[in-house]
Amino acid sequence: MSAPGGVASGSPLLGGAPEPTLLELSVPGRRAWQLPDTGVPETPLGTLLPAELLRDAPPALPEVSERDLVAHVTRLAHRQYAVDLGAYPLGSCTMKYNPKAFDALVAWPELNAVHPASPPALAQGWLALLVALEEALCALTGMAAATLQPAAGAAGELTGLLLVRAWHHDRGERRTEVVIPDSAHGTNPASVRLAGYRAVTVPTAPDGGVDLDALRQVVGPQTAAIMLTNPNTLGLFEQRIEQVAAVVHDAGGLLYYDGANLNAIAGVVRPGDMGFDIVHLNLHKTFATPHGGGGPGAGPLAVVADLAPYLPGPRPVRVGEDRYDLQVPERSIGRVHSWHGNALVLARALAYLQVHGADGLRRVAQLAVLNARWLQARLRACFELPYDQPCLHEFVVSAAGLRRRYGVRALDVAKGLLDRGVHAPTVAFPLIVEDALMFEPTETESPQTLWAIAQACAALVEDLERPGGPERLRAAPTRTPVRRVDEARAARQLVPVEGPPLPPEALRDRPAAAGPS
Amino acid sequence: MPGYWPHTEDEIQAMLADLGLGSLEELFAMVPPTLRLAGLAPLPPGRPEPDVLAGLRRLARRNRAVGEDLVCFAGAGAYDREIPPVTSALGSRPEFVTSYTPYQPEVSQGVLQLLFEFQTLLVRLTGMEVANASLYDGAASLVEAVHLAVGATGRHAVWVSQGVHPSWRQVLATMAAGPGYELVTVPLVEGRSRLDLPEGAPPPAAIVVAQPNHLGCVEDLGALRAACDETGALAVVTLDPVAAGVLRAPGELGADLVVGEGQPLGVPLSFGGPYLGLFAARARDARRLPGRLVGETVDQEGRRAYVTTLRTREQDIRRERATSNVCTNQTLLALVAAIQLAWLGPTGLAAVATRSAQGAHYCRDQLREVAGLRPLVEAPFLYEFALHLPVPAELAIERLADEGFLGGVALDPELAPDGHGLLVAVTERRTREEIDRFAAALAKVVR
Repeated sequence: MSAPGGVASGSPLLGGAPEPTLLELSVPGRRAWQLPDTGVPETPLGTLLPAELLRDAPPALPEVSERDLVAHVTRLAHRQYAVDLGAYPLGSCTMKYNPKAFDALVAWPELNAVHPASPPALAQGWLALLVALEEALCALTGMAAATLQPAAGAAGELTGLLLVRAWHHDRGERRTEVVIPDSAHGTNPASVRLAGYRAVTVPTAPDGGVDLDALRQVVGPQTAAIMLTNPNTLGLFEQRIEQVAAVVHDAGGLLYYDGANLNAIAGVVRPGDMGFDIVHLNLHKTFATPHGGGGPGAGPLAVVADLAPYLPGPRPVRVGEDRYDLQVPERSIGRVHSWHGNALVLARALAYLQVHGADGLRRVAQLAVLNARWLQARLRACFELPYDQPCLHEFVVSAAGLRRRYGVRALDVAKGLLDRGVHAPTVAFPLIVEDALMFEPTETESPQTLWAIAQACAALVEDLERPGGPERLRAAPTRTPVRRVDEARAARQLVPVEGPPLPPEALRDRPAAAGPS
Repeated sequence: MPGYWPHTEDEIQAMLADLGLGSLEELFAMVPPTLRLAGLAPLPPGRPEPDVLAGLRRLARRNRAVGEDLVCFAGAGAYDREIPPVTSALGSRPEFVTSYTPYQPEVSQGVLQLLFEFQTLLVRLTGMEVANASLYDGAASLVEAVHLAVGATGRHAVWVSQGVHPSWRQVLATMAAGPGYELVTVPLVEGRSRLDLPEGAPPPAAIVVAQPNHLGCVEDLGALRAACDETGALAVVTLDPVAAGVLRAPGELGADLVVGEGQPLGVPLSFGGPYLGLFAARARDARRLPGRLVGETVDQEGRRAYVTTLRTREQDIRRERATSNVCTNQTLLALVAAIQLAWLGPTGLAAVATRSAQGAHYCRDQLREVAGLRPLVEAPFLYEFALHLPVPAELAIERLADEGFLGGVALDPELAPDGHGLLVAVTERRTREEIDRFAAALAKVVR
């Protein structure tokens, strides 16, 4: 048989060989699927529905065998770095080890085969579990009530800001602005806009904290809230947090805590004790639920008692001795998720909380900070520290000095680290630091691993001194499944689906809306 | 103290000594003492992993999972579909489960290529031109579609069919409060959206119709296109991906945006999450897509490679000018959906939809024979249908559970004002024998 259609599968023993796509592997008539015999009468579809509603031909999906599918996906897995392979010190993402025990938990049919529209009487286990998680998160943050619906941190932010909006509205106030520091995560200003507010930026003081004078100038009766993460994205504790809280509260605004960095302080300091009114948590960060290549996460939102009536509903609530129901809070802003949130992620987080308990969580924070502080000290020899203070769970260094001396950028350093077997830190964030590299080792890395990261950085910088060093770094990585990827071309000649690039005329915007406007 | 850190006590002491510190507490010296917790957070102490798992298993057993003891006839956007072990096994690969957003494409080609393939398959399924790498769930996809339409048209009103899932409409209403969108309800009449211009209604940025709709009925997407041509709105279809295996593709019928809930593509019921939101669009809206988009490109040596692209749309770059705040999405579920779609292929997906439809029509025919039951509407349907019961639907569901069935979902009062509306779904997993027993049980409980 010659040229049978489809292509041969890639070379399974060599990770560097390009992997064909499913469509390239496809052979007409091949199939993997098997469905149960049900004995249901096989009435032709055309007699059940009008023909004009039905396709003329099935969708043009690939036709592959199960064996080819397994090989394809497995080979792709071999082209993917992950926490399970080693350290992943991506700053602000808290890429800690994801305990395997909790993989077992989400495979239980008693959890994963429960229909989300089950009446509460059939889902008592789930409701009890969700209430237990809400209570634990409140205890840890110093809040009174929580919603578990938001599916990610950004969803929690937007939910929180809509709560702020509803709360002010009930007080007859139409506030228009939300204050955020210039070091904030990009989701903060985007959420502010989607909540119908204007984002007002407050600059960072030379010591890395909020500039109080500047804050006083921008806060006023128009201020709905301030959004802060503490420690901030520089990994520094906002020491003037009580003054910040006073300025904003005195103006009638609320304090929103972006919980992205909670891993630094869980069990040590509570956002509620710092004066915050609203807290979102990223369970995929602090509570070790796996990041899934980009999600799912979970972004529960906890609030002080005053705001509890506004939480999204229906909410799981305890209604008696070990009895649970779903109820809508009286002033609820409404639903923010199709169902109850990313339930299996929530279950993993509860298990993590229960294994650690109050003492274990405090130890987690302590060791996360110890690891970061120790690595920060080791990396002092390689990079500049723009805000040179003891960090908490993460820290930001600048490669600007390397740029001046050798003409290399933070991105080059990141790629060079990949060649040295270390996943890159976060690059070019926060925006207030030139050539920023943000390291967050997390508590689950050993001192030996930290040492290896420091050695990799040192060796990389040392190599810059050697002849051809800067060129070598700019050409990195060379040992990865693909070499440096042409991002500019991807945006210029857009290929968002398999096939030729979209022609430029296809990307042209539609003419102004026709018809009445 | 149970935990997952590797440090020995000796190592902790040595690291502290390197830093010139005497104790772990000193790491937090910059935190004003008044703010620090005096003791421990008010939580129980930690417990060993096996004990925690045993406790949670006891709790979990208080649920009634669907299966032999509770045969599932509930749907409403979450379906008890066949998930082959191969999908679960591949979707559990730790390389996918424990990585994050592919910020470093050189070591993330696995996730990137599979996401790219997901986008390709979704585009082929919907008949659209571009698709993103997933959103949180069906409701979130709907919200993002509305944001996109508002941005593209500069209008602030949105017409939404009553046939769109009630929870999704509630989420849209919640999110509309921020930017101040005006939502206009398009009524369902005889099971289909009545799309004639409501008197005095503001010109819409989008008109949203569900395919199939919440009553299970198949909508006339040609009518949606016509209404959009008349009003200058974007045609938004919320599409069930399994139905797409047999129904004419919305892209061919003039949809501008196709969104939906991806759970039916290999994702367990999971009490509602994590699922995934589907989002497909026309090329002209590629620069307005919310969330992540993977594009094909080449590496330095000219080899095919993949990377997240059009990044300037995203919140971390655009910040307060961003039209979406999505960062973390549901990538792992998108990978699962791609694997499931590839396992099914064109004939498998059509078979799932066809067998479900055959079961549902057989089921409705059996239920027609039951005294006091009648279909709520008679419009063409696929695998889900609404019944009017002689008793409140919630009561029937409660009684059916005692008979071993999750008998359906009680319809929202808006769609069945007397509370007697029951939405019944039949998937490719339901046998003739189960359907016969279900019909008998329903006859018993409504008597």
